[in-house]
Amino acid sequence: MGIFDYFKSKAEPSSASVAKDRLQIIVAHERTKRQQPDYLPQMQQEIIDVIRKYVQIGSEDVQIQLDNTDECSVLELNVTLPDQ
Amino acid sequence: MAKIIVVTSGKGGVGKTTSSAAIGTGIAMKGHKTVIIDFDVGLRNLDLIMGCERRVVYDFVNVINKEATLSQTLIKDKRTKDLFILPASQTRDKDALTIEGVQEVLEALSKEFDYIICDSPAGIEKGAQMALYFADAAIVVTNPEVSSVRDSDRILGILQSKSKRAEEGKEPIEEHLLLTRYHPERVALGEMLSVSDVEDILAIPLLGVIPESEAVLKASNQGTPVILETESEAGLAYTDAVDRLMGEEKPFRFLEVQKKGFIKRLLGG
Repeated sequence: MGIFDYFKSKAEPSSASVAKDRLQIIVAHERTKRQQPDYLPQMQQEIIDVIRKYVQIGSEDVQIQLDNTDECSVLELNVTLPDQ
Repeated sequence: MAKIIVVTSGKGGVGKTTSSAAIGTGIAMKGHKTVIIDFDVGLRNLDLIMGCERRVVYDFVNVINKEATLSQTLIKDKRTKDLFILPASQTRDKDALTIEGVQEVLEALSKEFDYIICDSPAGIEKGAQMALYFADAAIVVTNPEVSSVRDSDRILGILQSKSKRAEEGKEPIEEHLLLTRYHPERVALGEMLSVSDVEDILAIPLLGVIPESEAVLKASNQGTPVILETESEAGLAYTDAVDRLMGEEKPFRFLEVQKKGFIKRLLGG
């Protein structure tokens, strides 16, 4: 870096650190998706089918996620029911 | 039993073939009998990088289809003792490689060679999966650039789930990161991901860092593996990487900006 560069744009984060932040987020996201068991999509579909027997919901109204911590796995199921 | 090493990356153009040629040559120079296999069916290029393109008679697919024997097909390198090349086929038939066929050829080579280097095609399709399926170790070639790092992570996922070792629940494939086309100057300016940035994201052990170097293009122009350019930084960095692959401890070189004079620094030259 020369004397002329010294005066300009100090506060902006470098493009490399932006790249690192973006990569860490997308790579972490893709890794959790990769580690999900193969049965998850089918299980989600079957859960939707069961709920539909009683309440009319769209397939995007059920969010399903599996989180693994060191000691246990948590299956998180989030169903949005329509307004009465 | 030979050790099978795949050179892979996901993304194209990051230096897989250059690295396969350099590392295969480096291992053979240490006295281990080595064969480099070009898995890029349809887009053969290892022969050009190794400078043996005019000596190709038969290819990998001919061997699989029993149209030629291995000894008819293997090309003996003229510069390096103990080094052989198995060229890819130029066929456009995507299904020319079968898992059984590849296995048979690798088993036959395993009896004669100490190291088998598999130069993978780009992508994550069948060709790339075939190249990594039987591997004992993987060299993941990555450029310090977002799309290459992301693709490398995807390839790591495939190594950990779709390889023979993964499917049979054996000890996982040894993973090595090879960072290529590295510009210390641009890293210092904050314009390029640093070695430690890429190590943080991919979280696999670092095998080597190859600086961007004019010697790489020059060597490929002439059909010489760049590791033989012992005057160049890239050649020396590959030599270090091979030493580390063989278990030696080597300090990393060419990671820092070379010191410039005070006046030059002041003017930003």
